[in-house]
Amino acid sequence: MISVLGAGVAGLCAATALAERGLPVEVIEAATPPVSRLAGGMLAPFCEGESAPEVIVSRGQAAIGWWRARAKSFEQRGTLVVAAPRDAGELDRFARATRGHDWVRPDDLEPDLSGRFSAGLFFADEAHMDPHEALASLRERLVARGVAFREQPSGRIVDCRGIAARDRLRDLRAVRGEMLELHAPEVTLTRTIRLLHPRFPCYIVPRGKGRYMVGATMVESARDGAVTARSLMELLSAAWTVHPGFGEAEVVSTGAGLRPAFPDNIPRLRREGGRIHLNGMYRHGFLMAPVLACELAEEMAKETCHAH
Amino acid sequence: MFYGTELTSRLMLGTAQYPSPQVLRDAIAASGAEVITVSLRREGREGGAFREILKDSGCRLLPNTAGCHSAREAVTTAQMARELFGTDWIKLEVIGHADTLQPDPFALVEAAHILCAEGFEVFPYTTEDLILGEKLIEAGCRVLMPWGAPIGSGQGLSNRSGLARMRAHFPDVPLVIDAGIGAPSQAAEAMEMGFDAVLLNTAVASARNPVAMARAFGQAVEAGLAAHEAGLMPRRDMARASTPVFGMAELAG
Repeated sequence: MISVLGAGVAGLCAATALAERGLPVEVIEAATPPVSRLAGGMLAPFCEGESAPEVIVSRGQAAIGWWRARAKSFEQRGTLVVAAPRDAGELDRFARATRGHDWVRPDDLEPDLSGRFSAGLFFADEAHMDPHEALASLRERLVARGVAFREQPSGRIVDCRGIAARDRLRDLRAVRGEMLELHAPEVTLTRTIRLLHPRFPCYIVPRGKGRYMVGATMVESARDGAVTARSLMELLSAAWTVHPGFGEAEVVSTGAGLRPAFPDNIPRLRREGGRIHLNGMYRHGFLMAPVLACELAEEMAKETCHAH
Repeated sequence: MFYGTELTSRLMLGTAQYPSPQVLRDAIAASGAEVITVSLRREGREGGAFREILKDSGCRLLPNTAGCHSAREAVTTAQMARELFGTDWIKLEVIGHADTLQPDPFALVEAAHILCAEGFEVFPYTTEDLILGEKLIEAGCRVLMPWGAPIGSGQGLSNRSGLARMRAHFPDVPLVIDAGIGAPSQAAEAMEMGFDAVLLNTAVASARNPVAMARAFGQAVEAGLAAHEAGLMPRRDMARASTPVFGMAELAG
């Protein structure tokens, strides 16, 4: 039996990949809900290349097909990157730092942005989904396969506890992220919009029925309290810059959570202290968890094979 | 000398906005910087993991009050910095305008008075205004940090003549160009003008290759300092002849 600790995106992807390989697996849940529910749910390997190393861009692409087959809310409509006229230089920089994009007129893709931005970058291959739905779908499939969700582990441990694994991984640190969800029926945007700004970049992910997720801050802190007023103001003013219709939106919810990160901000599998860790997801949870989960399942399947 | 501390490298590096702590660590090493700044207003006491990484760099830490908009906020943040880092050094920033991040000169002087009286060694982020500089010296500051241009703008020394006047006006006060530097050539220019050091962050952190850019800035600052010490030739106006022109063939037609 393999006991996967944690039912966030890392744990559920690991359990799914292991179960799909035919390995016996159970999921051990924490009392607190996983922070991955607060994620943007973007599958944007090319955009991430702006600051992430090449390994995220090249390996992350595999996540798009993985989620397409498993998440009902998956939509491949690309990412549109825009900047206010004053920050046009940021778009040039972003274009130089990334690949897989075309220069576009933003209102050709999103008519609701008519007259607001004269140029944008379009990453046609990228996708997005709703993390709540995606996590719930994985869970349903696991239950349907007979995978148990328990409180105590009974087998070999695969540790996917996120920031809680700080007790065993000394170089794991927290990077605080804050987000909010808006209900803005006046605004019609059908794909992820990224607004570049020298200090307050943000992204807006459509969640359907007039709902939008706006995220996310990156603060080098382990403070896990509610979203701060400053962050809320920054995110809201960024959303307002994209579309003034967000000014009339209802704030449906806000959230704050701690991303687990290694010093190089690259998620990885690590064997330490008699267990396998899948951790350090940083801001790449939905992108890198399936990739690492498949790698994990392959390794464990080989080991089981050799053991027999 | 910066409050009694002699520095070999005259480049000071900010630590925000890097792709990862690993890249930051490599950039610091490549730059040769001996002083790095660290913010804590937003991160608070819970920012310990990142601060440990900074401490491990072996550099001297210069905590800052970035993100503070009033003298009181800045003073409280400075006190917390002293407690967390065990240093009297504080880079005093009091922001007057949320967009340009221009310093608020009045609150800056007020906070400098309080902090100097409490024994802090204050590095005030200021403009090139001479009277403001004098007020900060009166308050007890023994270093001034005039801006090159607004924070993060990369515009370089946007008021070169004003900065040259400031250098001439405070010949014995260590002056550090802080903010607005976008290219190594601008950092070298500041050093050639006789400034004592350059502090920058965005130009390295948002470069495509921060480590290589950090190295380039380290070299530029070193070159600028060496050039200043070697004595630059004056710029010459070749439009005005200074000696009689002779020896030129006169080809009468």
